[in-house]
Amino acid sequence: MATHTAPRSRLLDEALAHGGPIVVFDRVNLSFDEKVILRDVSFTLQTGHTKIFLGASGAGKSTILRLMLGLLKPDSGVIFVNGERVDNMTEEQLMVVRADLGMVFQEGALFDSLSVRENVGYKLFEELQWPMDKANARVAEVLGFIGLGEFIDRQPSELSGGQRRRVAIARAMAAKPRILLYDEPTTGLDPITSITVDEEIIKLRDIENVSSVLVTHQLRDAFYVAEHTARRHGQQLTFEKAAPDKASEAEFIMLKDGRIAFEGNAQELRAVAEKDPYIEAFLS
Amino acid sequence: MRPKLIEWAKAALLEVQEYVRLIGLCGRALVTRPMYPRDIVEQFEAVGIGSLTVVLLTGMFTGMVLALNSGFTLDQFGARSMIGRLVSASMVRELGPVLTGLMVAGRVGSGIAAELGSMTVTDQIAALRALGTDPIRKLVLPRILAGLLMVPLLTVLSSGIGMVGGWIVTVLQFHVAGTVYWNSVVAGLYMQDVWMGLIKPFFLGFTIVSIGCHVGMRTRGGTQGVGRATTNAVVASSVAVIAVDFLVTKLLIVVMY
Repeated sequence: MATHTAPRSRLLDEALAHGGPIVVFDRVNLSFDEKVILRDVSFTLQTGHTKIFLGASGAGKSTILRLMLGLLKPDSGVIFVNGERVDNMTEEQLMVVRADLGMVFQEGALFDSLSVRENVGYKLFEELQWPMDKANARVAEVLGFIGLGEFIDRQPSELSGGQRRRVAIARAMAAKPRILLYDEPTTGLDPITSITVDEEIIKLRDIENVSSVLVTHQLRDAFYVAEHTARRHGQQLTFEKAAPDKASEAEFIMLKDGRIAFEGNAQELRAVAEKDPYIEAFLS
Repeated sequence: MRPKLIEWAKAALLEVQEYVRLIGLCGRALVTRPMYPRDIVEQFEAVGIGSLTVVLLTGMFTGMVLALNSGFTLDQFGARSMIGRLVSASMVRELGPVLTGLMVAGRVGSGIAAELGSMTVTDQIAALRALGTDPIRKLVLPRILAGLLMVPLLTVLSSGIGMVGGWIVTVLQFHVAGTVYWNSVVAGLYMQDVWMGLIKPFFLGFTIVSIGCHVGMRTRGGTQGVGRATTNAVVASSVAVIAVDFLVTKLLIVVMY
């Protein structure tokens, strides 16, 4: 998998400007052997916004998250994350970029041998070498934020599916990253638990101002995250329907056979669905 | 038939390439930071203390059966007093290292492949990388260091307890005096034998653990893949123990004798 540099595009220049987009994909291609996973994928994520990837299984959604993290390298194209070009970085250089990224894996990917406290504080204890009391305070804070404070000493095997996902979110946010990546965070969960997870994503975006990339094929969750906002009224936190300008900060990308078949906000997606049979089939 | 053979050769070459790459990365991790001393200590305990019982039992019974078999043969020539020589030379030069290696391959090699394999298929390795941890430094290097240093220690204990086992049988079954047995044990050992018994386990320990790590880290295909990886790790490391034992023995004979 060699990395080729394409001539710099307008999109990329824009990315490098001050206050520009936090994630940029520019003409990214990737294939495994004969199978093409991504074809000419380009998009931009603005700071504090949400990008929601939709598409059938095997459409390349999760691959995009792995490319952002540098867990995979593209065959060609350029990827910028947080102003750093990650597509040609070594594993050691990527560790620096990953410090500002959090990832929630499909099944949570919690470390079985560690308790909830050790899972959530993993990065603080092991990598950032925070003093023990400061790290413990942060772990308690994030577990409180996601409403699982009393589960701090449990083992992952003692948690339900929804609790595991929420602990995974807590682990991803513990080191206060600026970007959070969610890989199918609600797949396999019941509707009530899914809403709880969706609300954590909204809370992090609106209260903590974290830029998010959400990969899912659960449309109900995608629209819920896109069209709701979290507001703090004193100690009380409420979730309400977002105003149109706020809702437009969440952009959908529909992937089909590794290509971008649609890019736009929730309203535009619904409008396009009336004309495009693939999107209509997906949304119905 | 031919394309299949080419595919097989390509896959085999890829495995070798990835194995060598893993060893190279471990070498690099050994001399650069960060290190994870707590994980290293944990693995020393898991490999060393964890394997102690099985290795001691194996060594003890091997020494006993060696004494029993050789005792009856030597008895025909009136040479009961020579049992100690046979037991010590066999245990220290060959059986101690190889049987310890095989036991560790069965216990530790399979455990490592299963643990790393399930971490791989459940995305825990990817999660480690996403959290800024190099899995080679955190998971592989501590295990390799533990294998490298603990297998020689276990081998010494195994050979030692094997000689004790031989002593019990010699005294109780053949009614040879203990001092005669121990004098024979010492007389049967040359310095080269001791060196051979000490050097070989380093190679065996490294081989067993590195194969377990390599197979575990390359596991694909869910829980079924983990089962396959575990079996492959045990088979490959057991065969490797015998093969490496032969090669190192040949090399040491050329160098030392």
